[in-house]
Amino acid sequence: MSLQVTDLRVYYRTLAGDVQALDGVTFGIADGEIMGLAGESGCGKSTLGNSLIRMEGRMRHVGGTVTLDGVPLPIDDQDEMNHFRFAEVSLIPQYAMSALNPTRKIGKMVGELLATRGVRFRDIREELERRLELVGLARDVLDRYPIELSGGMKQRMVMVLSTLLNPSLLIADEITSALDVSSQRAVAQTLVEFRDRGFVKSMIVVTHDVSILYQISNTLAIMYAGKLAEKAPTDVIMSRPRHPYTRLLISSLPEIGVRFEEQRLTGIPGTPPPLLNPPTGCRFRDRCPIAIARCAEEEPPFVEIEPGHSVACWMAS
Amino acid sequence: MLTLERVSKTYKVGLFGGTDLPAVRDVSFSLQPGEVISLIGESGSGKSTIGKMILRLLSVNGGTITHDGTDIATLRGSGLRSYYQTVQGVFQDPFSSFNPIFKADHVFGLIRGVYFGSASAADWQRRLEDALEAVTLDPAQVLHKYPHQLSGGQLQRLLIARALLLDTRYLVADEIISMLDASTRIDVLNLLGDLKARGLGILFITHDLSLGNYISERTVILRRGRIVEMGTTAAVFGHPIHPYTRMLIASVPRLHEKWGQIDAGVRAGSGWTPAPTELCRYHGALPDGATGGSLAGPAGSGLAELEAGHFAGCVAPRADGTCGGRPSVAA
Amino acid sequence: MTTGAPSAGAQTPDVVQGPQGVPTVPGAVPVGGRPDPRPMSRRGEILYFALRTKKVIIGLAIIAFFVVLAVIGPIIRPGDPDALIGPLGASPSADWWFGTTSFGQDIFAQFVYSLGSTFLVGALGGGLAAIIGMTVGFVAGYRGGWVDEVLNMITNVVLVIPTLALLLVAAAYLSARGVVVEALFIGLTSWPWAARAIRAQTFSLRSREFVSLARMSGVRGMRIVFGEIAPNMSSYLFLTFILLFGGAILIAATLDFIGLGPTTGSSLGLMMYDAVAWSALQLGLWWWFIPPGVAITAIVGALYITNVGLDEVFNPKLRNT
Repeated sequence: MSLQVTDLRVYYRTLAGDVQALDGVTFGIADGEIMGLAGESGCGKSTLGNSLIRMEGRMRHVGGTVTLDGVPLPIDDQDEMNHFRFAEVSLIPQYAMSALNPTRKIGKMVGELLATRGVRFRDIREELERRLELVGLARDVLDRYPIELSGGMKQRMVMVLSTLLNPSLLIADEITSALDVSSQRAVAQTLVEFRDRGFVKSMIVVTHDVSILYQISNTLAIMYAGKLAEKAPTDVIMSRPRHPYTRLLISSLPEIGVRFEEQRLTGIPGTPPPLLNPPTGCRFRDRCPIAIARCAEEEPPFVEIEPGHSVACWMAS
Repeated sequence: MLTLERVSKTYKVGLFGGTDLPAVRDVSFSLQPGEVISLIGESGSGKSTIGKMILRLLSVNGGTITHDGTDIATLRGSGLRSYYQTVQGVFQDPFSSFNPIFKADHVFGLIRGVYFGSASAADWQRRLEDALEAVTLDPAQVLHKYPHQLSGGQLQRLLIARALLLDTRYLVADEIISMLDASTRIDVLNLLGDLKARGLGILFITHDLSLGNYISERTVILRRGRIVEMGTTAAVFGHPIHPYTRMLIASVPRLHEKWGQIDAGVRAGSGWTPAPTELCRYHGALPDGATGGSLAGPAGSGLAELEAGHFAGCVAPRADGTCGGRPSVAA
Repeated sequence: MTTGAPSAGAQTPDVVQGPQGVPTVPGAVPVGGRPDPRPMSRRGEILYFALRTKKVIIGLAIIAFFVVLAVIGPIIRPGDPDALIGPLGASPSADWWFGTTSFGQDIFAQFVYSLGSTFLVGALGGGLAAIIGMTVGFVAGYRGGWVDEVLNMITNVVLVIPTLALLLVAAAYLSARGVVVEALFIGLTSWPWAARAIRAQTFSLRSREFVSLARMSGVRGMRIVFGEIAPNMSSYLFLTFILLFGGAILIAATLDFIGLGPTTGSSLGLMMYDAVAWSALQLGLWWWFIPPGVAITAIVGALYITNVGLDEVFNPKLRNT
């Protein structure tokens, strides 16, 4: 398998204690697979995405392992990880458009970045220009300052940059959230194109927008309160979701054609539990319509109920 | 009734304010109590500017906004205060709408001082609790808390409760749920639907077409400050006329249909894409560039009523709004 | 003479939220909130937290110490501090706590008397500069337009006036000048940076949505400035005042030190002036200039520490509850 994550736990250190943002996550991604990672704020998806490439400030690797192409990833060692970053694991960060240094011409910035990886700008320039053309950017964008580009253009620039060295794993963190509808589609389809052309082997697309994931991802993983709730091929999740959270989430999404007077959608009452001292048992039980006594006592394990389809729910397995 | 007539807003930028930056151009529509109009546009379309002009937070450069016949630009003092009793707004970022150093109740305190000065403490408390209940909030859970102790959904509902306290008839909802979680979005949206049934007129400003489709009776599509299409939601989404609208609808990610399928449907169906040599399809229906008069009802110049209540704009308008004739492929 | 704008450590509470509007450390704040059993008034809360922050306590303690010293000092050592009553140039001893000057003056008596004068200059000069700076800053920042242009011009003019030259001219005309005149002078010339800084903050806060909300609640004009904007900047304003206060003390000390200080009375700066003028350094009379120098440093330093601590108190989000 391309990526294998086993029982990964990443907590945030705060003055009030450890926030258990990512609490035991296990899954695998095959070569050529685009996995969508969806969930609401505080579910841990951004933590998961970030922990695979760089532990920020207060993040702490508490347990679990990550293996990429058979090689263990030293995610808690910043210096060791440097050899993997950009070349094996790459990230398109949230607010990528702000990631471009406004006082530098784009070409210069790219050159400096490549220099830190020991790659000469000259050697890779041709490939870079080919890719720029692929995403619809003119070659002269390298001579421009970031302020001269639109949001969608900057996003595509960062995408080209992040995949320039053909990483094995690409993590895209909420890259469509700040874009207009028309740019969103272009950016999402560019991701698929990168995978199809072999620029990246596999991808994790982190977003709260399930509909984008339906369009481009092969598998979909739904997270809730730091744990994986369900993971399955995208069509399976959309047509036969087994976890009550997934079911409720999908049925709360408005779609063109659904109108308030005809079909009133319902949300999920309540709020996610605090991750500072998470409750025992299943973390969704307070909001779950089908919770039983066992859900409060024992935490349901994330088990495979059919090939490729795993759920963490007592009622589903 | 809240009416916008040929409203425009131009910013002066550049050295010595020499350059004109038009943000809103020639927009006309009206809002009645008990209906929701969704104002849909991408960033830079001017939709937020329109909302702010209605709320008297920005001045109007051209055209007029009238409320029950009175031009709101003329309101001062007590006239303005009673305008704010009828028209209120809720904005996108709940954490920016609340002053972080005060408790969330502060927003209620502000209107109490101005509008309910003579009400007794018990009376005020009762009104407050009624308003909170109308937005399905538990007073014990939300009162006397700081904004950072509450969730985005609760804060947005507090702001709606504030509008209800004032007995608002028109609400300008500017992207109010785009910063909320998926599970709470629909609750706030349903709340708006319920309030609409109770007689509130809502201008629902959004960039998300699915939301607009869910909640509104009429839809206005805005592009670069101009209206390009306007009509009932069913008409605009069901058989969109303007290429821009069609492009938007085709780009929205669906939950049960892939983009490729939608594209195929559009190409095969009644979709029309302008060929470079073709004249603007609406050229014949639009007023002659020289006269610049409007054709029908509240629509401003540049909009033609192509079927009852369904207006579409010129595909290639000139800067002054007149029909530009031959459209370019990328319209 | 340091008159730079407050450091970044004491910003207005402008915390960036994550895209879904929750604090950036996930799950740290329970989203439902906890109902308070007895909601406290705002002032009560501030006092509660203020008295429990180490930095505030230490800073205030140091300042309180010097204030007390300034008050009771003249009682412990009554009489004219400039009187020649002791041995010449004596080092500190049980009789003369801070030793004596080359002329036999009691340094301790001079010290406690000067403390009072120093605080007076700081309060008057800093206070005057604060009032002018805040007025100009708020009005310019909130109104914008031509009002802003005019006030900016005034600010710039005062900023570039060479204060030293002005002072030399003033000194030539006012042969006798007291501490109050000095404070007035400092107050009238050191406000521009404060006005600029406050204007910038007001400008940025003005476009925040809670100001729009206040406008839509029928609140008008300057009431919004004082009701919504200023409280949001309260720690910033306090820091500004503290910097002006400390700055006034430093400027006064410097002016005194080069001989442009008041002709009557005494101050810590004048003590140091005298010390240098009478070669205390070369003669090894360290007890003449070290106490005033240490005092100035300690007072201004304590003011800074207090302010950093107060930033936590004023901004509820920096607290741990």
